[in-house]
Amino acid sequence: MAAVPEGVLPLPYGERDLAELLGDGWKEMLVRGYRWVLFGRLMDSRFLGLQRQGRVGFYGPATGHEALNVGCALLLREEDWVFPGLREQLLALVRGLDLQAYVHHLFGNGLDPSLGRQMPCHPTGRPVAYVSMASTVGTQIVQAAGSAYAQKFRNDPGATVAFFGDGATSTSDFHAGMNLAGVYQLPVLFVCANNQWAISVPVRRQTAVPVLAEKSKAYGIPGERIDGTDFVRVYATLRRAFEDIRTGHGPRMVEALVYRMNPHSSSDDPTRYVPSGWMKEAQAHDPLARLEELMDRLGLLSSEQKEAMRKEIEDQLRRAIAAAEVAQPPTPDTLFRDTLSEAVWPLTEERDTFDRDQGGHFP
Amino acid sequence: MTEATLIQGVNQALRIAMAKDPDVIVLGEDVGVNGGVFRATDGLYKEFGEKRVIDTPLSENGIVGMAIGMALQGLKPVAEIQFMDFIYPAFDQIVSEAAKFRYRSGGEFPSHLVIRTPYGGGIKGGLYHSQSTEQLFTSTPGLKVVIPSTPADAKGLLLTAIFDEDPVIFLEPKRIYRTATGELPEGDARVPFGKARIAKEGSDVSVFAYGAMVPQCVQAANVVEKMGIHAEVIDLRTLVPIDVDAIVGSVEKTGRAVVVHEAPKFSGFGAEISAMIAERCLYSLKAPVLRVTGYDTPFPYTLENLYLPSVDRIARGIERTASAT
Repeated sequence: MAAVPEGVLPLPYGERDLAELLGDGWKEMLVRGYRWVLFGRLMDSRFLGLQRQGRVGFYGPATGHEALNVGCALLLREEDWVFPGLREQLLALVRGLDLQAYVHHLFGNGLDPSLGRQMPCHPTGRPVAYVSMASTVGTQIVQAAGSAYAQKFRNDPGATVAFFGDGATSTSDFHAGMNLAGVYQLPVLFVCANNQWAISVPVRRQTAVPVLAEKSKAYGIPGERIDGTDFVRVYATLRRAFEDIRTGHGPRMVEALVYRMNPHSSSDDPTRYVPSGWMKEAQAHDPLARLEELMDRLGLLSSEQKEAMRKEIEDQLRRAIAAAEVAQPPTPDTLFRDTLSEAVWPLTEERDTFDRDQGGHFP
Repeated sequence: MTEATLIQGVNQALRIAMAKDPDVIVLGEDVGVNGGVFRATDGLYKEFGEKRVIDTPLSENGIVGMAIGMALQGLKPVAEIQFMDFIYPAFDQIVSEAAKFRYRSGGEFPSHLVIRTPYGGGIKGGLYHSQSTEQLFTSTPGLKVVIPSTPADAKGLLLTAIFDEDPVIFLEPKRIYRTATGELPEGDARVPFGKARIAKEGSDVSVFAYGAMVPQCVQAANVVEKMGIHAEVIDLRTLVPIDVDAIVGSVEKTGRAVVVHEAPKFSGFGAEISAMIAERCLYSLKAPVLRVTGYDTPFPYTLENLYLPSVDRIARGIERTASAT
């Protein structure tokens, strides 16, 4: 058995707790969950590296958020819709978003489902009801209410999940979306991934409320804060929240307290604002290390199995990257598609004169 | 065919669309029990119920954001923003989201919705119940912008908008909600986008307008007719898509053009029409293009009739353009 890394807070559960909190099949679920948490960690590490080498243009890691993303993803049903915030790409992959398609997206090539139109880490995932995201903060919270309205209106069994960060709770769209969900008692789960930083601004500068989940009271929505780095707590809490939502008890809000263990994005330098001691606290709450300690303690995975898992993930990533790196960029004609259902003037004319306008260099 | 007002055309389009398709949902402030502050949604609540005619909280970003979420799920939401002057809290949802969903998702997530909103002056509404800011939306790729000026067009263009596949900003000239009257065709009588309407035929000068300025321009054309000037008034109907052929065709015929709108001149939609004429039929012109517009100020209360292009001011513009050599 591997030793617990120094300083990591162990997850305080025994087998009996786990059976109660996680339900039947909990051992298999934990193994699956661990595999995806590890996947997220390895993916972030690989792509931050590729960004630093100039091979991808941008990357937004979710290191520290993995337990939240995976725990939620494992509870979703096919008919559920997800409106992501900023760091839920792993959730889309757990739901079944094709890894190769996602990696094509990270390279912005012609095989990217969004045709290289968005910055990396802004995937679209129609096959897994993972809604294309904007870089604007908070807009998706209102849209999630609309999606849930449609589900309720049609007696659709699905629910909607909206993710957002701590910074988004300061936006007018947070207020609007929560308010609408409360008024119409919509089947929507609001998940605030509070990683305590909105780029460089700490959460205490976003609001005077010490616990963000308390904001839900203003909208008549039950809310609670949990330790979002505790995979077991995440899964158990969201399982209960989904049960409430699916049985017509209206919206729920869960604030998951996590630690952003990497820069905001590849363009950010946290040494300018993160206080000393932050990373030590973050590492104590490393969701991967904490889950691994639990797996080791329960003997759910041997070192060999973990090693094989790691190797399999790394191979999978390597293959996807190799294929994406040789794929061609989007063809110029894609510039003229999808602005409207059919191009209208002057876009039609711009398309028709493209070859002439772009044709070669002046002598 | 029945005689009706422009707002009755709007109301009929909504009723027909809702009866035809259970996915059509109307939402906005006061649209339910009250039937809308202008009564555009009158009777719909009673006929279709509170789940399809939704009184929303006072939250424009909420109304449009919710409509987008519904649209992604395949519903056909028709959101009302009570006055165009109140649309700005929803600007982010319109410009960053509705206008970009199809493009940014490679076509995976089209977001088709209609945003209806009364616009324009002439009702003593002051700064915040009078503005015309259509150019904010025409300059955003990914939106269609529609402005009817007759009851039949209000009905037919709104029906087309509701069953279109793109986000549509549907601007209703509130000043002529009840003064514009005319025949209303029965049933689902749609009017296609991108086809301008000749409101009055003429051969001496082309006058381009939309919304509440169309009847003003027709009156102005009647005034100059007594002076022997035959102005052709073209109702653009839809700014996106724009009927380029109608504009160019008319200017090639007359060689003179006046563009009229309520919005301020600078960077207004008239600049687009003027540039289009300069790019495509400069050599047909016998006189410079003239714009008759609202002044480049915020919208005044007491002096609104001086601010807005009046029949006299338009007639003078037409006369000046027609007589320029």
